[in-house]
Amino acid sequence: METLAQKIISHASASSSAQVGDVVVCSVDLAMIHDSGGPRRVKPILERLGRSVWDNHRVVVVTDHYVPVESDETRAIQELTRNWVTEQDISNFYDQQGICHVVLPERGHLAPGMFCVGGDSHSPTGGAFGAYMFGIGATEMAGVLATGEIWIKVPETILIHWSGHLSDYVTAKDMMLATCGRLGMGGGRYQAIQYAGEAIHDLDMQERMTMSNMAAELGGQAGLIAPDEVTIDYIRSVGGTVPAGWKSYQIEVPDRDGEVHYFDASALTPQIAAPHSPENADAAAAFKNTHFDVAYVGACTGAKYTDLKAAASVLKGRKIASHVTLKVAPASLRDQQRADAEGVMQILQDAGAEFLPNSCGICAGYGRDRLLDEQVCLSTTARNFKGRMGASTSQVYLASPYTVAASAIAGSMVDPREVTEG
Amino acid sequence: MARLWLFEETIDTDVLAPGFYMKAPLAELAEHCLEAIRPEFASSVRPGDVVMAGENMGVGSSREQAAEVLKYLGVSAVIAHSFAGIFYRNAINLGLPALVLPADTPLPPELADGAEISFDFARSRLTLSEFDIDLECEPIPAFLKAMIDDGGLVPHLEKRFSTEAEL
Repeated sequence: METLAQKIISHASASSSAQVGDVVVCSVDLAMIHDSGGPRRVKPILERLGRSVWDNHRVVVVTDHYVPVESDETRAIQELTRNWVTEQDISNFYDQQGICHVVLPERGHLAPGMFCVGGDSHSPTGGAFGAYMFGIGATEMAGVLATGEIWIKVPETILIHWSGHLSDYVTAKDMMLATCGRLGMGGGRYQAIQYAGEAIHDLDMQERMTMSNMAAELGGQAGLIAPDEVTIDYIRSVGGTVPAGWKSYQIEVPDRDGEVHYFDASALTPQIAAPHSPENADAAAAFKNTHFDVAYVGACTGAKYTDLKAAASVLKGRKIASHVTLKVAPASLRDQQRADAEGVMQILQDAGAEFLPNSCGICAGYGRDRLLDEQVCLSTTARNFKGRMGASTSQVYLASPYTVAASAIAGSMVDPREVTEG
Repeated sequence: MARLWLFEETIDTDVLAPGFYMKAPLAELAEHCLEAIRPEFASSVRPGDVVMAGENMGVGSSREQAAEVLKYLGVSAVIAHSFAGIFYRNAINLGLPALVLPADTPLPPELADGAEISFDFARSRLTLSEFDIDLECEPIPAFLKAMIDDGGLVPHLEKRFSTEAEL
């Protein structure tokens, strides 16, 4: 029996049935690159190879890492990006519209069954749409752009099964922190992670994206969720193309060949992961009264429309503690506009939030806005490696938007239900 | 004489290639390689040295500079019990040997940070020179070894394209 991963890889490699462990060459349906690992890195390699992009309609370019431009160096990177996009005649170019993993689906580029690569480690986010999508480095991306192909070792699969239903104020982020806590960051062993169970299909698309996004934190190559009506409605709403055979992209439960991990959503409580790894996860209540300086609602993992709305639901009519800074970097311009139209941005502002541009922001630690020496941050982002978001003495705790917002009000870490029900 | 750089902690991409210096030229980025956990590394590492870590080496970002700075600094191989998938692919694509030391390999007490070593890529073998102790890594799959032998993916593709052009 084929897993969903095998089914997509078999199709992409035009092999009758790709077996686990086989090395196959796949045709790439879509390649996404951003301003950091993209044009500035692939242009010289393509020039050396004497090639242009193999198919300019299958390449999507997004600027999100060096946004905002803060120096001559980063200005030059953005100029190079724009010039290269023109030179290669790439029409799918989203300049400062938000983070690539969020922009890609919201512009209708993803659909079930696609085989995609992205020049960023959170590329498994595309798996939320039933696409096999994974992250690669720039040299490998240049190879894809030159040939339209990439080799892959057909992965084993890990099934992560969530039964039951989430309680209020418990989110996909909490599900993933709990999963990281149980399996560890290496637990995915570069396998295809497949998510199934009623709690997964309860989630809206942006919450599913959080699940697939953090397959990266499990060490998985991809993070697949089988498409359902919610997926199809989303794709139609953004003008994407729904493939006729989408119902055939299912995840077999239990997955016969791979390992299975069962979780109960109804028993899950809000989670926090301590520095310096997402696997240091525990119940948020266990971190009660832990001090922090900066509350950050940002990144592809934690600042989509759904995340902003979650933070606002806690912050409505409340103010953040005076010694805490709350920074919000909406993951995409469209998500910000939608949140704005619904009054969500106003609630955040009234509570005391500062807004940052629609970009990777502090999460990537690329810009001037970063954590200072000894600063402690409670963040909706995906990873809390030492020094990633700034000074090597800074510390990052990970949590959901509810938990970050509630803790910003309380002035120290707290289970969000203590604030909302208190 | 080459030395071994042995790390107890998990090495992520952000300590190899810190985000703040990602906009800088490779030479400058390399100066900050591993500074958050081993400040003397970048200035002390010598060509031929080998970096050895435990599990999930190179976890994190897709930035290939994490592997590229090691190659730039002259590191001849990275050895670990396991690698994060993207880092592994990046290392090979850049022509930097990444070898898996099976987790059940008995580690001799002589295997210590700073040990004198020699590394034989053809045999996937690390030798502790002073003690004449060999550690056998898993052989690299042939098609990946061919890529490393060519110097990485780009020269490998150059070779392929020139062969195609001749046909």
